[in-house]
Amino acid sequence: MTVVPVRSNHLLYLLPLMTLAILAGFFGWSLVSGRDPASIGSALVGKPAPSLKAPSLRPDEAALSDALLHTGKPALVNFFASWCTPCLAEHPLLERLAKKEGITIIGIAWKNKPEEARGWLKRQGDPFATAGYDLDGSMAVNWGLSGVPETFLIDAHGIVRLHIRAPILEKDVESRILPLLRAGS
Amino acid sequence: MGGDALHAPPCHTEAEGRGICRAAGKIPHCAQDDTNGLWHTLCVLILSLLISLPALAIEPSEILSDPALEARARALSRELRCVVCQNESVDDSPAEVAHDIRRAVRQRLVAGDTDRQVLDYMVARYGDYVLLKPPFKARTLVLWLGTPAVLLLGMIGLWFAAGRRSTAVGSAPLSDAERARLDALPDGKSDVIPSEARDT
Repeated sequence: MTVVPVRSNHLLYLLPLMTLAILAGFFGWSLVSGRDPASIGSALVGKPAPSLKAPSLRPDEAALSDALLHTGKPALVNFFASWCTPCLAEHPLLERLAKKEGITIIGIAWKNKPEEARGWLKRQGDPFATAGYDLDGSMAVNWGLSGVPETFLIDAHGIVRLHIRAPILEKDVESRILPLLRAGS
Repeated sequence: MGGDALHAPPCHTEAEGRGICRAAGKIPHCAQDDTNGLWHTLCVLILSLLISLPALAIEPSEILSDPALEARARALSRELRCVVCQNESVDDSPAEVAHDIRRAVRQRLVAGDTDRQVLDYMVARYGDYVLLKPPFKARTLVLWLGTPAVLLLGMIGLWFAAGRRSTAVGSAPLSDAERARLDALPDGKSDVIPSEARDT
Protein backbone atom coordinates (compact mmCIF):
# COMPACT_ATOMS: atom_id res chain seq x y z
CA MET A 1 0.00 0.00 0.00
CA THR A 2 1.38 3.40 -0.94
CA VAL A 3 0.98 6.35 1.32
CA VAL A 4 0.62 9.77 -0.22
CA PRO A 5 2.56 12.03 2.11
CA VAL A 6 0.73 15.04 3.48
CA ARG A 7 2.67 17.94 1.98
CA SER A 8 4.11 19.88 4.90
CA ASN A 9 4.91 23.53 4.58
CA HIS A 10 8.38 23.95 5.98
CA LEU A 11 7.94 27.71 6.05
CA LEU A 12 5.42 27.12 8.82
CA TYR A 13 8.23 25.92 11.09
CA LEU A 14 9.88 29.31 10.70
CA LEU A 15 6.81 31.09 12.07
CA PRO A 16 7.80 30.89 15.78
CA LEU A 17 11.30 32.02 14.87
CA MET A 18 9.92 34.96 12.87
CA THR A 19 7.63 35.91 15.75
CA LEU A 20 10.59 35.81 18.11
CA ALA A 21 12.65 37.95 15.73
CA ILE A 22 9.89 40.56 15.44
CA LEU A 23 9.41 40.73 19.21
CA ALA A 24 13.15 40.86 19.87
CA GLY A 25 13.43 43.66 17.32
CA PHE A 26 10.69 45.63 19.03
CA PHE A 27 12.15 45.13 22.51
CA GLY A 28 15.62 46.02 21.27
CA TRP A 29 14.32 49.17 19.65
CA SER A 30 12.47 50.08 22.86
CA LEU A 31 15.71 49.75 24.79
CA VAL A 32 17.94 51.82 22.54
CA SER A 33 15.56 54.43 21.10
CA GLY A 34 15.06 56.17 24.44
CA ARG A 35 11.31 55.77 24.13
CA ASP A 36 9.67 56.16 27.53
CA PRO A 37 6.22 54.55 27.69
CA ALA A 38 5.62 56.29 31.03
CA SER A 39 6.23 59.69 29.48
CA ILE A 40 3.23 61.94 29.85
CA GLY A 41 4.31 64.05 26.89
CA SER A 42 3.82 67.75 26.56
CA ALA A 43 0.40 68.44 25.12
CA LEU A 44 0.61 72.18 25.81
CA VAL A 45 3.52 72.77 23.43
CA GLY A 46 2.42 74.97 20.53
CA LYS A 47 -0.60 76.28 22.41
CA PRO A 48 -1.07 79.57 24.25
CA ALA A 49 0.25 79.50 27.79
CA PRO A 50 -2.41 78.71 30.39
CA SER A 51 -3.55 81.43 32.70
CA LEU A 52 -1.04 82.70 35.23
CA LYS A 53 -2.79 83.74 38.41
CA ALA A 54 -0.99 83.42 41.71
CA PRO A 55 -0.30 85.51 44.77
CA SER A 56 3.24 86.83 44.94
CA LEU A 57 5.85 85.21 47.16
CA ARG A 58 7.23 88.65 47.87
CA PRO A 59 5.10 90.55 50.31
CA ASP A 60 5.60 93.91 48.61
CA GLU A 61 4.85 92.75 45.04
CA ALA A 62 1.60 92.52 43.10
CA ALA A 63 0.00 89.17 42.33
CA LEU A 64 1.16 87.33 39.21
CA SER A 65 -0.99 87.75 36.11
CA ASP A 66 -1.08 86.84 32.42
CA ALA A 67 0.52 90.20 31.59
CA LEU A 68 3.86 88.71 32.70
CA LEU A 69 3.70 86.29 29.76
CA HIS A 70 2.96 88.95 27.18
CA THR A 71 5.85 91.33 27.60
CA GLY A 72 7.17 90.76 24.07
CA LYS A 73 10.06 88.75 25.51
CA PRO A 74 10.30 84.99 26.04
CA ALA A 75 10.24 83.71 29.60
CA LEU A 76 10.68 80.51 31.54
CA VAL A 77 8.03 79.41 34.01
CA ASN A 78 9.45 77.10 36.66
CA PHE A 79 7.37 75.21 39.21
CA PHE A 80 9.37 74.32 42.31
CA ALA A 81 9.03 73.56 46.02
CA SER A 82 11.33 73.87 48.98
CA TRP A 83 10.67 70.22 49.86
CA CYS A 84 11.76 69.01 46.42
CA THR A 85 15.31 67.70 46.10
CA PRO A 86 15.41 67.59 42.27
CA CYS A 87 14.52 71.30 42.39
CA LEU A 88 17.66 71.83 44.42
CA ALA A 89 19.62 69.93 41.77
CA GLU A 90 18.48 72.15 38.92
CA HIS A 91 18.74 75.36 40.92
CA PRO A 92 22.30 76.33 39.89
CA LEU A 93 21.24 76.07 36.22
CA LEU A 94 18.30 78.40 36.80
CA GLU A 95 20.64 80.82 38.52
CA ARG A 96 22.98 80.68 35.57
CA LEU A 97 20.17 81.20 33.05
CA ALA A 98 18.91 84.21 34.98
CA LYS A 99 22.20 85.85 35.84
CA LYS A 100 24.51 84.94 32.94
CA GLU A 101 22.02 84.65 30.08
CA GLY A 102 19.66 87.33 31.35
CA ILE A 103 16.55 85.19 30.92
CA THR A 104 13.33 86.12 32.68
CA ILE A 105 12.28 83.24 34.94
CA ILE A 106 8.94 83.20 36.69
CA GLY A 107 8.95 80.87 39.68
CA ILE A 108 5.87 79.23 41.15
CA ALA A 109 6.15 77.47 44.51
CA TRP A 110 3.86 74.42 44.27
CA LYS A 111 2.14 73.07 47.38
CA ASN A 112 4.61 74.97 49.46
CA LYS A 113 3.96 77.39 52.29
CA PRO A 114 5.09 80.85 51.13
CA GLU A 115 7.34 81.39 54.14
CA GLU A 116 9.09 78.06 53.49
CA ALA A 117 9.55 78.86 49.79
CA ARG A 118 10.87 82.31 50.71
CA GLY A 119 13.35 80.84 53.18
CA TRP A 120 14.54 78.32 50.59
CA LEU A 121 15.12 81.04 47.98
CA LYS A 122 16.99 83.08 50.56
CA ARG A 123 19.30 80.17 51.31
CA GLN A 124 19.77 78.83 47.77
CA GLY A 125 19.67 82.09 45.84
CA ASP A 126 16.76 83.59 43.96
CA PRO A 127 16.88 83.30 40.17
CA PHE A 128 13.29 84.46 39.68
CA ALA A 129 12.29 87.78 38.16
CA THR A 130 8.85 87.22 39.63
CA ALA A 131 7.77 84.53 42.05
CA GLY A 132 4.36 83.37 43.15
CA TYR A 133 2.90 80.39 44.95
CA ASP A 134 0.16 77.86 44.28
CA LEU A 135 -0.55 76.46 47.71
CA ASP A 136 -3.31 73.99 46.79
CA GLY A 137 -2.12 73.18 43.27
CA SER A 138 -5.25 74.43 41.54
CA MET A 139 -3.40 76.65 39.09
CA ALA A 140 -0.95 73.86 38.34
CA VAL A 141 -3.65 71.51 36.95
CA ASN A 142 -4.41 74.21 34.39
CA TRP A 143 -0.74 73.99 33.39
CA GLY A 144 -0.86 70.20 33.14
CA LEU A 145 1.60 69.85 35.99
CA SER A 146 2.37 66.35 37.28
CA GLY A 147 4.90 67.32 39.93
CA VAL A 148 7.92 69.50 40.58
CA PRO A 149 10.16 70.60 39.11
CA GLU A 150 8.65 71.30 35.71
CA THR A 151 9.75 74.06 33.40
CA PHE A 152 7.92 75.78 30.54
CA LEU A 153 9.40 78.02 27.90
CA ILE A 154 6.92 80.68 26.78
CA ASP A 155 7.87 82.59 23.64
CA ALA A 156 7.44 86.31 23.01
CA HIS A 157 3.89 85.73 21.75
CA GLY A 158 2.78 83.83 24.82
CA ILE A 159 2.96 80.40 23.15
CA VAL A 160 4.35 77.39 25.04
CA ARG A 161 7.46 76.19 23.18
CA LEU A 162 8.86 73.68 25.65
CA HIS A 163 7.59 71.71 28.61
CA ILE A 164 10.20 69.76 30.55
CA ARG A 165 8.68 67.39 33.09
CA ALA A 166 11.93 66.85 34.95
CA PRO A 167 14.72 68.80 36.57
CA ILE A 168 16.52 70.61 33.78
CA LEU A 169 20.02 69.43 32.96
CA GLU A 170 23.00 71.07 31.35
CA LYS A 171 22.14 69.38 28.03
CA ASP A 172 18.56 70.69 28.18
CA VAL A 173 19.91 74.22 28.54
CA GLU A 174 22.37 73.83 25.68
CA SER A 175 20.31 71.82 23.22
CA ARG A 176 16.74 72.89 23.91
CA ILE A 177 16.32 76.06 25.98
CA LEU A 178 19.03 78.34 24.62
CA PRO A 179 18.48 77.50 20.91
CA LEU A 180 14.75 78.21 21.27
CA LEU A 181 15.42 81.47 23.08
CA ARG A 182 17.92 82.59 20.45
CA ALA A 183 15.60 81.63 17.61
CA GLY A 184 12.65 83.35 19.25
CA SER A 185 14.32 86.66 20.02
CA MET B 1 -7.35 14.60 72.74
CA GLY B 2 -4.51 14.20 75.14
CA GLY B 3 -2.08 16.63 73.60
CA ASP B 4 -2.43 15.09 70.17
CA ALA B 5 -2.95 18.54 68.71
CA LEU B 6 -1.55 17.69 65.29
CA HIS B 7 -4.33 15.20 64.63
CA ALA B 8 -7.21 17.29 65.90
CA PRO B 9 -10.11 17.26 63.43
CA PRO B 10 -10.99 20.48 61.67
CA CYS B 11 -13.68 22.65 63.22
CA HIS B 12 -17.05 22.78 61.57
CA THR B 13 -19.64 23.30 64.26
CA GLU B 14 -20.12 25.36 67.31
CA ALA B 15 -19.90 22.29 69.50
CA GLU B 16 -16.60 21.37 68.01
CA GLY B 17 -15.47 24.92 68.42
CA ARG B 18 -16.22 24.89 72.11
CA GLY B 19 -14.68 21.54 72.68
CA ILE B 20 -12.13 19.68 70.64
CA CYS B 21 -10.78 22.40 68.47
CA ARG B 22 -10.23 24.97 71.15
CA ALA B 23 -8.66 22.36 73.35
CA ALA B 24 -6.35 21.54 70.51
CA GLY B 25 -5.26 25.16 70.40
CA LYS B 26 -6.97 25.99 67.15
CA ILE B 27 -9.07 28.99 66.40
CA PRO B 28 -12.67 27.83 66.77
CA HIS B 29 -15.79 29.38 65.30
CA CYS B 30 -15.80 33.09 65.23
CA ALA B 31 -18.17 35.07 67.40
CA GLN B 32 -19.71 32.07 69.14
CA ASP B 33 -17.15 31.52 71.83
CA ASP B 34 -18.44 33.49 74.77
CA THR B 35 -15.62 32.52 77.05
CA ASN B 36 -12.72 33.98 75.12
CA GLY B 37 -13.02 37.77 74.72
CA LEU B 38 -9.85 38.13 72.67
CA TRP B 39 -10.94 35.73 69.96
CA HIS B 40 -14.33 37.37 69.96
CA THR B 41 -12.85 40.81 69.36
CA LEU B 42 -10.45 39.48 66.75
CA CYS B 43 -13.21 37.70 64.87
CA VAL B 44 -15.46 40.73 64.86
CA LEU B 45 -12.54 42.78 63.58
CA ILE B 46 -11.74 40.33 60.79
CA LEU B 47 -15.40 40.05 59.80
CA SER B 48 -15.81 43.81 59.73
CA LEU B 49 -12.74 44.07 57.52
CA LEU B 50 -14.21 41.47 55.18
CA ILE B 51 -17.56 43.15 54.76
CA SER B 52 -16.39 46.75 54.68
CA LEU B 53 -16.24 48.52 51.33
CA PRO B 54 -12.90 49.46 49.80
CA ALA B 55 -11.75 52.83 51.06
CA LEU B 56 -12.42 55.70 48.71
CA ALA B 57 -9.57 57.92 47.62
CA ILE B 58 -12.05 60.75 47.32
CA GLU B 59 -12.31 62.90 50.43
CA PRO B 60 -15.64 64.01 51.88
CA SER B 61 -14.74 67.66 51.35
CA GLU B 62 -14.42 67.07 47.59
CA ILE B 63 -17.93 65.69 47.12
CA LEU B 64 -20.36 68.00 45.35
CA SER B 65 -23.73 68.68 46.94
CA ASP B 66 -25.56 68.03 43.65
CA PRO B 67 -25.83 64.21 43.39
CA ALA B 68 -26.22 64.26 39.60
CA LEU B 69 -23.08 66.34 39.11
CA GLU B 70 -21.22 64.23 41.66
CA ALA B 71 -22.17 61.04 39.79
CA ARG B 72 -20.82 62.53 36.55
CA ALA B 73 -17.66 63.61 38.35
CA ARG B 74 -17.13 60.09 39.70
CA ALA B 75 -17.68 58.56 36.26
CA LEU B 76 -15.21 61.00 34.67
CA SER B 77 -12.67 60.40 37.46
CA ARG B 78 -12.74 56.71 36.63
CA GLU B 79 -11.81 57.47 33.01
CA LEU B 80 -8.90 59.75 33.91
CA ARG B 81 -5.50 58.33 34.68
CA CYS B 82 -3.57 59.45 37.70
CA VAL B 83 -0.55 60.72 35.75
CA VAL B 84 1.99 59.85 38.44
CA CYS B 85 0.64 56.36 39.22
CA GLN B 86 0.75 52.99 37.51
CA ASN B 87 -2.51 52.25 35.70
CA GLU B 88 -4.70 53.83 38.36
CA SER B 89 -7.59 56.21 37.84
CA VAL B 90 -7.75 59.52 39.69
CA ASP B 91 -10.87 58.13 41.34
CA ASP B 92 -8.81 55.37 42.96
CA SER B 93 -5.61 57.22 43.68
CA PRO B 94 -4.76 59.02 46.90
CA ALA B 95 -1.95 60.92 45.12
CA GLU B 96 -1.93 64.71 45.43
CA VAL B 97 -2.12 65.27 41.69
CA ALA B 98 -5.08 62.90 41.48
CA HIS B 99 -6.80 64.96 44.17
CA ASP B 100 -6.11 68.15 42.21
CA ILE B 101 -7.47 66.63 39.00
CA ARG B 102 -10.63 65.43 40.77
CA ARG B 103 -11.14 68.92 42.09
CA ALA B 104 -10.57 70.43 38.64
CA VAL B 105 -13.11 68.00 37.14
CA ARG B 106 -15.70 69.14 39.67
CA GLN B 107 -14.92 72.79 39.09
CA ARG B 108 -15.39 72.34 35.32
CA LEU B 109 -18.69 70.49 35.85
CA VAL B 110 -20.00 73.17 38.20
CA ALA B 111 -18.99 75.78 35.61
CA GLY B 112 -21.31 73.97 33.16
CA ASP B 113 -18.91 71.88 31.06
CA THR B 114 -20.17 68.74 29.33
CA ASP B 115 -18.38 65.44 30.06
CA ARG B 116 -16.71 65.68 26.65
CA GLN B 117 -15.43 69.18 27.43
CA VAL B 118 -13.98 68.08 30.76
CA LEU B 119 -12.09 65.22 29.09
CA ASP B 120 -10.89 67.55 26.31
CA TYR B 121 -9.69 70.02 28.96
CA MET B 122 -7.56 67.31 30.58
CA VAL B 123 -6.28 65.94 27.26
CA ALA B 124 -5.23 69.46 26.21
CA ARG B 125 -3.02 69.62 29.32
CA TYR B 126 -1.89 66.06 29.97
CA GLY B 127 -2.25 64.54 26.50
CA ASP B 128 -3.93 61.24 25.62
CA TYR B 129 -1.88 59.78 28.47
CA VAL B 130 -4.48 61.06 30.91
CA LEU B 131 -7.19 58.84 29.38
CA LEU B 132 -7.21 55.30 30.77
CA LYS B 133 -8.90 54.11 27.58
CA PRO B 134 -6.77 55.20 24.62
CA PRO B 135 -8.70 57.00 21.86
CA PHE B 136 -9.19 55.27 18.50
CA LYS B 137 -7.09 57.19 16.00
CA ALA B 138 -4.31 56.75 13.46
CA ARG B 139 -1.56 56.54 16.09
CA THR B 140 -3.39 53.85 18.08
CA LEU B 141 -4.57 51.72 15.12
CA VAL B 142 -2.06 48.95 15.84
CA LEU B 143 -3.08 48.96 19.49
CA TRP B 144 -6.77 48.59 18.71
CA LEU B 145 -6.65 46.40 15.60
CA GLY B 146 -3.42 44.45 16.14
CA THR B 147 -4.86 41.72 18.32
CA PRO B 148 -8.03 41.10 16.25
CA ALA B 149 -5.84 41.05 13.11
CA VAL B 150 -3.54 38.39 14.57
CA LEU B 151 -6.58 36.39 15.68
CA LEU B 152 -8.10 36.64 12.20
CA LEU B 153 -4.83 35.60 10.54
CA GLY B 154 -4.60 32.62 12.88
CA MET B 155 -8.15 31.55 12.06
CA ILE B 156 -7.54 31.88 8.32
CA GLY B 157 -4.36 29.82 8.70
CA LEU B 158 -6.18 27.12 10.64
CA TRP B 159 -8.96 27.01 8.06
CA PHE B 160 -6.51 26.48 5.21
CA ALA B 161 -4.55 23.88 7.16
CA ALA B 162 -7.73 21.94 7.97
CA GLY B 163 -8.86 22.08 4.32
CA ARG B 164 -5.56 20.73 3.07
CA ARG B 165 -5.49 17.90 5.59
CA SER B 166 -8.96 16.58 4.65
CA THR B 167 -8.19 16.60 0.89
CA ALA B 168 -4.82 14.92 1.49
CA VAL B 169 -6.39 12.09 3.48
CA GLY B 170 -9.32 11.59 1.07
CA SER B 171 -7.26 11.51 -2.10
CA ALA B 172 -5.11 8.45 -1.30
CA PRO B 173 -6.07 5.95 -4.09
CA LEU B 174 -6.45 2.22 -3.46
CA SER B 175 -3.73 -0.06 -4.70
CA ASP B 176 -4.63 -3.10 -6.87
CA ALA B 177 -4.13 -5.47 -3.92
CA GLU B 178 -6.43 -3.40 -1.74
CA ARG B 179 -9.04 -3.26 -4.43
CA ALA B 180 -8.90 -7.06 -4.92
CA ARG B 181 -9.26 -7.58 -1.18
CA LEU B 182 -12.19 -5.20 -1.09
CA ASP B 183 -13.91 -7.09 -3.94
CA ALA B 184 -13.46 -10.35 -2.08
CA LEU B 185 -15.45 -9.04 0.88
CA PRO B 186 -19.12 -10.09 1.16
CA ASP B 187 -21.55 -7.35 0.16
CA GLY B 188 -22.06 -5.69 3.50
CA LYS B 189 -24.09 -8.58 4.92
CA SER B 190 -21.50 -9.53 7.48
CA ASP B 191 -18.48 -7.79 8.96
CA VAL B 192 -16.64 -11.10 9.33
CA ILE B 193 -13.85 -11.23 6.79
CA PRO B 194 -13.59 -14.63 4.98
CA SER B 195 -10.45 -16.54 5.84
CA GLU B 196 -9.08 -16.55 2.27
CA ALA B 197 -9.37 -12.78 2.10
CA ARG B 198 -7.79 -12.38 5.53
CA ASP B 199 -4.55 -13.99 4.41
CA THR B 200 -3.85 -11.85 1.35
